[in-house]
Amino acid sequence: MTKQHANWSPYDNNGGTCVAIAGSDYCVIAADTRMSTGYSILSRDYSKIHKLADKAVLSSSGFQADVKALQKVLKSRHLIYQHQHNKQMSCPAMAQLLSNTLYFKRFFPYYAFNVLGGLDEEGKGCVFTYDAVGSYERVGYGAQGSGSTLIMPFLDNQLKSPSPLLLPKQDSNTPLSEAEAVDLVKTVFASATERDIYTGDKLEIMILKADGIKTELMDLRKD
Amino acid sequence: MKLDTSGFETTMPVIGFGSNSEMLDGVSSVPSFDLPRTTDFDGFQKKSVEMVKPAKGTTTLAFIFKEGVMVAADSRASMGGYISSQSVKKIIEINPYMLGTMAGGAADCQFWHRNLGIKCRLHELANKRRISVSGASKLLANMLYSYRGMGLSVGTMIAGWDETGPGLYYVDNEGGRLKGDRFSVGSGSPYAYGVLDSGYKFDMSIEEASELARRSIYHATFRDGASGGVASVYHVGPQGWTKLSGDDVGELHYHYYPVAPATAEHVMEEAA
Repeated sequence: MTKQHANWSPYDNNGGTCVAIAGSDYCVIAADTRMSTGYSILSRDYSKIHKLADKAVLSSSGFQADVKALQKVLKSRHLIYQHQHNKQMSCPAMAQLLSNTLYFKRFFPYYAFNVLGGLDEEGKGCVFTYDAVGSYERVGYGAQGSGSTLIMPFLDNQLKSPSPLLLPKQDSNTPLSEAEAVDLVKTVFASATERDIYTGDKLEIMILKADGIKTELMDLRKD
Repeated sequence: MKLDTSGFETTMPVIGFGSNSEMLDGVSSVPSFDLPRTTDFDGFQKKSVEMVKPAKGTTTLAFIFKEGVMVAADSRASMGGYISSQSVKKIIEINPYMLGTMAGGAADCQFWHRNLGIKCRLHELANKRRISVSGASKLLANMLYSYRGMGLSVGTMIAGWDETGPGLYYVDNEGGRLKGDRFSVGSGSPYAYGVLDSGYKFDMSIEEASELARRSIYHATFRDGASGGVASVYHVGPQGWTKLSGDDVGELHYHYYPVAPATAEHVMEEAA
């Protein structure tokens, strides 16, 4: 008798793209607002960016139900941390928490492709990029999601920062100003929208600085 | 078919993730993992690996010589055919006198090396002395053995300097543990072995050994598509480890094989 295979998969891909760029004293996190399933659009107005702490903002594409569950876990762990330590979690600490949270579901992964952005203890921008099971590294810029393969080569070309592994050590954050980085993000999403069916509708941009978070919305093609 | 869960039973108390223990949150003993409720565990794992495409692919090497241990690795991570990163840290600093290398699944290696670092620190606190390389590699091998067959992908080398001198062990996800003085792990390892084995002498100086390690990684990145980025070289001596170099392999290529400018035979004259 042939083996019965599951006709039902616990996963679905809701599409979308997330990008983050780290600067000398700011961090830009952006994501489109389209949520889809198969060839249908579920929502044109779904935010993929979530503020976890004052200095740490998470943007995730993939299966949004898993993203919501992941976000809940991180929020509750952050609350416990605040009660125990009387302060907010720093971005590098949140980065490791996210990595451990993802790895604890190593055998039934969160189908979530994450980019974590924020400011480190020195006030410099930091971006952490993840795979679905929790391997992470600090980078100068990152993109995840359906449009990431279209966006990354362009960011490599415009922002190519020296690898953090080179010796003598060089700074991998971009020297661009905040306005230039936001402009770059808008350009990049406009291009990705042209060629990726899962990216479009609206672009949500969050700019994190030491004095607070600013949000901007831009229209993208709706087709 | 009933899943054989005897590997999960331990004598230590299992502190699961999410329970509020004052100590480390579930990372000190055997972490309890969520398992999918399916009759076909292996099929599910196979499909989920194809779907999430965890980052892997690599060249790492390490060898013992007169002055200690030399450890080197590339820095490329690939997800399927896409290069997800050119700047992955594949040489993991477990503590100031021990290094671990990463090959296979990036998340698996990062997590288990971090876990090993915690265990080594606990050993130091409990026994008032540093753990030996042999002991550390045994801890890691036993952890991985208890997850044997579940799809972890870890091919690592533990290199360090303890009371008995330099130590080098190879540990993999099957639970295998080998003591040796020359190893290379990863998709680019055949190429690295070629250069490493032909140039190896026990009585090398640190400069010669680091140059040999760098060249071996460079040649592996040249021929293996899944290896590339930055070639990092570390040395472990009696005082601990130091990072000797980190060079972009693209630049190393022209350093080893400089392009001679073509001599012009005919010079084009401007038409009058």
